[in-house]
Amino acid sequence: MLEVRGLAKSFGGFRAVGGVSFDVPQGSIGAVIGPNGAGKTTLFNLITGHIRPDAGEVKFKGRNVTGIAPHDLCRLGMGRSFQRTNIFPRLTVFENVQAAYVCHRGRGWNLFDRVGPLYRDETDELLAAVGLRDRAGEVAGLLSHGGQKQLELAIALALEPEILLLDEPTAGMSAGETRDSIALIERLARSRNLTLLFTEHDMDVVFQIAQRITVLHQGQVIADGAPADVRRNPDVRRVYLGERE
Amino acid sequence: MSARIPWALVVLAAAFLVPALGSRYYTFLANDIAIWALFAMSLNLLVGYSGLVSFGHAAYFGIGAYTTGILMKKLGVPFLLAFPAAGLAAALAALVFGFFCVRLTRIYFAMLTLAFAQIVWAICFKWNEVTGGEQGMPEIPYPDFAWLERAGELVPLLGGWRTAEYFYFVTLVLVAASFWALRRIVDSPFGRMLTTIRENPERAEFIGVNVRRFELAAFVLAGTFAGLAGGLFGIFNRGVFPDFAYWNKSAEVLIMTLLGGMHSFYGPAIGAAALLWLNQQIVAYTQYWPLILGTILIVLLFAFPGGIAGALGALVHGVTARLRRA
Amino acid sequence: MPELSFVFAQAVSGLTTAMFLFLIASGLSLIFGVLRVLNFAHGTFYMLGAYGAYQFVQWLGPGPGMFWIAVLGAALGVALLGGLVERLLLRHLYGREELYQLLFTYALVLVLSDAAKIVWGTQQKGITRPPELTGSISLFGATIPYYNLFILALGLAVAAAFWLILQRTRMGRLIRAAALDRETLGALGVNVSALYTGVFVLGSFLGGLGGALVAPVRTIVPGMDTEIIVEAFVVVVIGGLGSFWGTFLGALIYGQVLSFGILFFPRFSIFAVFALMAAVLIVRPWGLLGRPLK
Repeated sequence: MLEVRGLAKSFGGFRAVGGVSFDVPQGSIGAVIGPNGAGKTTLFNLITGHIRPDAGEVKFKGRNVTGIAPHDLCRLGMGRSFQRTNIFPRLTVFENVQAAYVCHRGRGWNLFDRVGPLYRDETDELLAAVGLRDRAGEVAGLLSHGGQKQLELAIALALEPEILLLDEPTAGMSAGETRDSIALIERLARSRNLTLLFTEHDMDVVFQIAQRITVLHQGQVIADGAPADVRRNPDVRRVYLGERE
Repeated sequence: MSARIPWALVVLAAAFLVPALGSRYYTFLANDIAIWALFAMSLNLLVGYSGLVSFGHAAYFGIGAYTTGILMKKLGVPFLLAFPAAGLAAALAALVFGFFCVRLTRIYFAMLTLAFAQIVWAICFKWNEVTGGEQGMPEIPYPDFAWLERAGELVPLLGGWRTAEYFYFVTLVLVAASFWALRRIVDSPFGRMLTTIRENPERAEFIGVNVRRFELAAFVLAGTFAGLAGGLFGIFNRGVFPDFAYWNKSAEVLIMTLLGGMHSFYGPAIGAAALLWLNQQIVAYTQYWPLILGTILIVLLFAFPGGIAGALGALVHGVTARLRRA
Repeated sequence: MPELSFVFAQAVSGLTTAMFLFLIASGLSLIFGVLRVLNFAHGTFYMLGAYGAYQFVQWLGPGPGMFWIAVLGAALGVALLGGLVERLLLRHLYGREELYQLLFTYALVLVLSDAAKIVWGTQQKGITRPPELTGSISLFGATIPYYNLFILALGLAVAAAFWLILQRTRMGRLIRAAALDRETLGALGVNVSALYTGVFVLGSFLGGLGGALVAPVRTIVPGMDTEIIVEAFVVVVIGGLGSFWGTFLGALIYGQVLSFGILFFPRFSIFAVFALMAAVLIVRPWGLLGRPLK
């Protein structure tokens, strides 16, 4: 579903991402891991059109989408969540998700209807699916960190994506919250037939649900494959555990 | 569960009754307030709803005023055409200027809006042949109210008013209609998209909002209504002058928006009323109005960031909460 | 083909204007670079510097060196005012939206310029050049006042001193670092709030100094603040907001454009100023030497 070929990006003299290539097959759950500064978020930004790559291409469902603007990309079926929670703080939880439906269903340029009652049912359903149904009227900025992450998930899902890119979905969560969050994500991915690609620091999470792991180090791919293989890979062990050969 | 009083309609009805008080001064002040309220509400589409701070909104006010002025005074075009023309001219200018402005963010956006407004001012100031240059264009004719007076023979309420009062009624109708239109825009899906841009432009992009295009649309709409306000003001002021587009007019209307409260729909209108009324009171006693205005602004920024509407809202909230507890 | 002396005179005049503007605009640019606040009141600080110099001259009376004491006193007074404003008022707005900070500086303009009117009235004021610098010199057939040469030299000296401070001293390094990344600086244990106050004081000092030094050459009158702030804006936009050499370059360019532009296109001079500003913002918003926007 997603093919990345030779993506590269430098900032000034610093090469954040250099020649990264990997595939994400449809329906799979893939993870991108690597130490801090390995270029994971930059990679996501390149894939989702947030920044333009210096080289390389991204193919989504067989179509070249390199450098397409984010607002066009999410129409094609790519959804994304952010590392630092990215929601609409002064809107209510309900309005946050509703806005995504409004735009995705093409009513964004409508100047005549009233927006209040639109997509009530769909929004309620989705909020229930992520567990925020009873917080619908609350102001989003006042939610707890975990609640905001749930909201982010809901917003991304409202776009009815085929692939979901999650940037550190459990960052800042306690062990219990992480467990619940991952269970939720897995459940939703299965029920909606989603392809998942996520970045993570928490190795337990990664080895628990990822079917494919890509390891980045200083902007380059040093390993790519099934979890068991990656775990055994000497380069990976050296980078993560400091083991010497 | 309180009876929802339609405050807006109450105020509108009261506004229509002002000339009945018989004072030229009150009618004048009310007319001034109505026009500036529209100007401020138009700016709030940018500042309060889209999160775009423009320092050059007076450009469209000025363009609207000059368009109506030139059409009516020099070309004898009737008000019925000259008024919408003001909005159209302002919209076109907003389209051109806005195209460049929305490519920038924050302080750079603000500075470019300022630069464009000053260019408009400079053109009005120097283009003697068309705009009358530094002297401006005094004596813009009032619209023809003969039809209203004839209607007054049938409906007694419509007859016997002075020209300035007829113009006041027309202003009220047009401003009310504009408010209605703005309300529809703000409550629409388009309006909701604007608030997502205000709240988090990055996130908005990722729900499919073409941020630049929406911002340009908001810019053009805001400019259009500012132009309409300008068209009215040129006639009301009995003359059109270059300083309509000067940056301190932009600052004035921005202050009104903030004073009234930029996060409430009618906030800017309240701010316009408050500022103009205050101005009239203070200017009678002292020439140091800027000093007072500056002090008010500082107090506002530190103590009442939500403006009058915000403070009132908090007050009402506190009172009803206490009543509920009692 | 205009005479060499004429061209030379215009060029020098342009340079002098440029140095004045550089003195003033550098304060504006410095404050923006570190605090990210565009200080509308900078022009008013300039005006207060001029009025301050006038006032000191009134108090001190004629005498050797009195002019220089007056200038220094005025600049220090403005610096003090800047420090008070920053410590007591501005710093409480740092966390808020930029709009609030900008409107605050605009409110300062309203309050301070009216305060100046109350204290000094609306009549034009002026002071005379110091006795050491009256008179002029004849160079290449053009008559150049000594005072203007002094301003030229001073501008270059300030630029050099500034550059040295930025490159070689700890304060300078902190300033450059703050311009790049404030948060990290705070995390490193630097007293960022003291740095901010210091920068604001320094910037205000420069603005006030510019005003005090211009007092003998231009009339001191209400409205000179709004006149100069517009020119300062144009200069920093051309050069790049927050860039030191950018401000210098911007001032040079603006000085020459104004000097020769007024000759050839007198009717369009006010238009040209803003057209230039708009053109830079459209084509290259970060100015000639600024950092590209993210």
